[in-house]
Amino acid sequence: MNLRLHVWRQRNAADSGRFVTYPAADISPDMSFLEMLDVVNEGLIARGEDPIAFDHDCREGICGTCGMMIDGQAHGPRRATTACQLHMRTFHDGDEITIEPWRADSFPVVKDLVVDRTAFDRIVAAGGFITAPTGSAPDGNAIPVPKTSADLAMDAAACIGCGACVAACPNASAMLFTAAKVSHLGLLPQGQPERYARVRRMVSQMDAEGFGTCTNHFECEAACPKSISVRFIARLNRDYLRAVLTGGGEPARVEGGAG
Amino acid sequence: MELRANVPDGPIEKKWDKHRFEMKLVNPANKRKHTIIVVGSGLAGASSAASLAELGYNVKCFCYQDSPRRAHSIAAQGGINAAKNYQNDGDSVFRLFYDTVKGGDYRSREANVYRLAQLSVNIIDQCVAQGVPFAREYGGMLANRSFGGAQVSRTFYARGQTGQQLLLGAYQALERQVGLGKVDMHSRHEMLDLVVVDGRARGIVTRDMVTGEVEPHVGDAVVLATGGYGNVFYLATYAKGANATAIWRAYKRGAAFANPCFTQIHPTCIPVTGEHQSKLTLMSESLRNDGRIWVPRKKGDTRPPPQIPDEERDYYLERQYPSFGNLVPRDVASRAAKRVCDEGRGVGPGGYGVYLDFADAIRRLGESVIGEKYGNLFEMYERITAENPYRVPMRIYPATHYTMGGLWVDYNLMSTIPGLHVIGEANFSDHGANRLGASALMQGLADGYFVVPYTLGHYLASTKLEPVGPDHAAFEEAEAAVAARVEKLLGVHGTRSVDSFHRELGKIMWEHCGMARNEGGLKSALGKIPDLREEFWRDVKVLGENEELNQSLEKAGRVADFLELGELVCLDALERRESCGGHFREEFQTPDGEARRDDERFSHVAAWEYAGEGRPPVRHVEPLGFEYVHPTQRSYK
Ligand SMILES: Cc1cc2nc3c(=O)[nH]c(=O)nc-3n(C[C@H](O)[C@H](O)[C@H](O)COP(=O)(O)OP(=O)(O)OC[C@H]3O[C@@H](n4cnc5c(N)ncnc54)[C@H](O)[C@@H]3O)c2cc1C
Ligand code: FES
Repeated sequence: MNLRLHVWRQRNAADSGRFVTYPAADISPDMSFLEMLDVVNEGLIARGEDPIAFDHDCREGICGTCGMMIDGQAHGPRRATTACQLHMRTFHDGDEITIEPWRADSFPVVKDLVVDRTAFDRIVAAGGFITAPTGSAPDGNAIPVPKTSADLAMDAAACIGCGACVAACPNASAMLFTAAKVSHLGLLPQGQPERYARVRRMVSQMDAEGFGTCTNHFECEAACPKSISVRFIARLNRDYLRAVLTGGGEPARVEGGAG
Repeated sequence: MELRANVPDGPIEKKWDKHRFEMKLVNPANKRKHTIIVVGSGLAGASSAASLAELGYNVKCFCYQDSPRRAHSIAAQGGINAAKNYQNDGDSVFRLFYDTVKGGDYRSREANVYRLAQLSVNIIDQCVAQGVPFAREYGGMLANRSFGGAQVSRTFYARGQTGQQLLLGAYQALERQVGLGKVDMHSRHEMLDLVVVDGRARGIVTRDMVTGEVEPHVGDAVVLATGGYGNVFYLATYAKGANATAIWRAYKRGAAFANPCFTQIHPTCIPVTGEHQSKLTLMSESLRNDGRIWVPRKKGDTRPPPQIPDEERDYYLERQYPSFGNLVPRDVASRAAKRVCDEGRGVGPGGYGVYLDFADAIRRLGESVIGEKYGNLFEMYERITAENPYRVPMRIYPATHYTMGGLWVDYNLMSTIPGLHVIGEANFSDHGANRLGASALMQGLADGYFVVPYTLGHYLASTKLEPVGPDHAAFEEAEAAVAARVEKLLGVHGTRSVDSFHRELGKIMWEHCGMARNEGGLKSALGKIPDLREEFWRDVKVLGENEELNQSLEKAGRVADFLELGELVCLDALERRESCGGHFREEFQTPDGEARRDDERFSHVAAWEYAGEGRPPVRHVEPLGFEYVHPTQRSYK
């Protein structure tokens, strides 16, 4: 099939950027969206034009590297599907497709469709972990975990950190991302000791990164390639409220010992 | 070059404990004075960087993705082995050790494999403590599944996303250290050279992939955890960015490269659909627990699968290997698929595919049970092929998936360059000539959490290092070499894209050095690859500049290295005149088509030494002894 692409081109963070239109000819329905871009790029290279920069790595929907707005939708029209797993059979001959980077102040554009998502790493560094230094662990079966908790934790842990939730949110909020990690760890017995400190620190880092607030549009869940549920946001809010009200998670003051 | 394995003496089950006691320790106050460079943030890199930082070392960690969480370990689906014997089905450290040595077709080092099996149990404990949401039984205990090459159920898993969850555990531990200021994380940085001072690894040179800046990084030791080199075949289950550059540069600086021809072809991948194909997608081997593999008995039978009655189907694995059936090791399953397709009995467009059928399992267990076990894999399959595997059998075909070869390391995981440690898939590892499923995750984490934190300390404690700075001549030389190479790539101004060279190399490799190899084919590949390389440097077209995000330039550097490495892989395959594991030489097979090892002449590791531009590399051997698992012809019948 033959398509027309309107692609956001931006040389670097300082450049203001613009849409450029390219034809995409002889596209097979079996190609993935990124393979279609590969074909377009081969054509650009042949003509001596700078190929379109886009992030990608695993191309199987798990690493979270790819991500772009396709016709105004994060990762494109197919539910629960990353851009790399979107196949061209979703489109029709003659379609015009608009392709843009994630748009969020906390995700500055690096080049074309590539953005900087290191803010997510900093949210995790602030508290998105269980402190369990290597070597300190008890036997794996010493702490039984109810299957329902493990399964629900896994639902939250399936987040691939792609940033689609932020890109889809009218406020560019990172609540779904943060809530998924808070819930994953907070649902497990191992995660209890740091539960309230974790939620405080992660939320405060999220705010410091300039992500917007959540006003319950729920576009994030619709855009999430892993269908992470917004119910985890409610869970975060509950934990956060309790942490703030009870001072939970504040480090206890260390008193000098008696000797 | 001398290959000293440094295996401690004593009985195998005591070696690691004894060694741990005998190794020197770095006193806690001194750890703070050492900087360690860890290249890679996959299971091996992230676990080692976090563990070393926890011990007090200053760590600089590098990855080429925009976040360490995206390392290709994230894509591992099926599971991780551990000799917990939670199922009470007769598993033990010795059995895991035995299975791994046998599965590797007796081409691995016994002492290393034994240690790996011992540490496997600690890995599960560590990961559970970090909050890895492993699958559980209703009683709250950890669940297990079976994997190829084993008759016990010892594989731990987190749905079909085990690698993701293990990596996120390690990544979170790593980020915790980043937050504490103990790890300095450099993402979007590609290592382009290793710096050796007075014979010891003292640092690396990287290119900042956003600004193009070439930067020196000085340390007291370097750990490479940069993954496998399977993208030398172009089409593979690897991430698109996976590369051999770090290990190849280290090889050219003096690290021996062991068993490069030991590459693994995974039997269950989605078949190729056309020329545009950029990568191949794995369907986890765990599917072989419940899926039955078959092709029509008749050649060229194009009826849709439901119309082919049972007696006209050939469940060829169950027929040929009754005791392991669909769960034979990967190399055996892959070759069997190739054989039936070469006979003209393959299915799907192009005839290079076999069925993986769940109809019986769905009848027996119900769709919901199958959905719970494999739902996400089925969805992935449907997204790619537009076929519903609950209704029609999957079509699968083998694809390049893993590299057992890699930089040679001793028992301490140190390469032939003192101070350069290599862990995870990047080393030549514990898998011999064939890796069993669910064992790579185990090895990466054993190396990173539990081996290198000790052995690297021992190296530092027993070595006197002179202070060096980034102005040292060796750093300046390496930086200049990196900059010159970038300039050279940008200066060719040829006519062919980087991808077109990579594809062509991949075709040569797959055809002559893939599932079946022979002397004629390998010799022809050894003729073609240098020609292609020469054409690359004459005619490659890399647009843009260095001082920007330039994905063509990144790819060009990687492909340039694959064009050299590919030749070494073929050379190694040519020199290893036997069949073993994933290395199948057609000249060396049993009458029923199984791999025929030659223990008299090839019970060794082949480690190649770089001899300089234009000179043939030198082949060294490390003899392998088998005291505990006696080599026999592997049989899964
Ligand atoms: C699809 C798939 C499924 C798999 N399933 C399983 C399974 O179920 N069980 C199992 O045991 N194994 C499985 N494997 C194998 C296993 O996942 C890998 O062998 C293992 O994860 C490799 O880990 P690693 O840490 O060595 O390397 P990787 O995870 O590949 O990490 C490499 C790291 O090095 C960095 N890097 C590479 N080159 C450079 C450079 N030049 N400069 C800077 N950084 C660099 C990368 O950025 C990355 O951080 C699977 C593999 C694949 C591809
Ligand atoms: S490239 Fe990994 S999720 Fe799309």
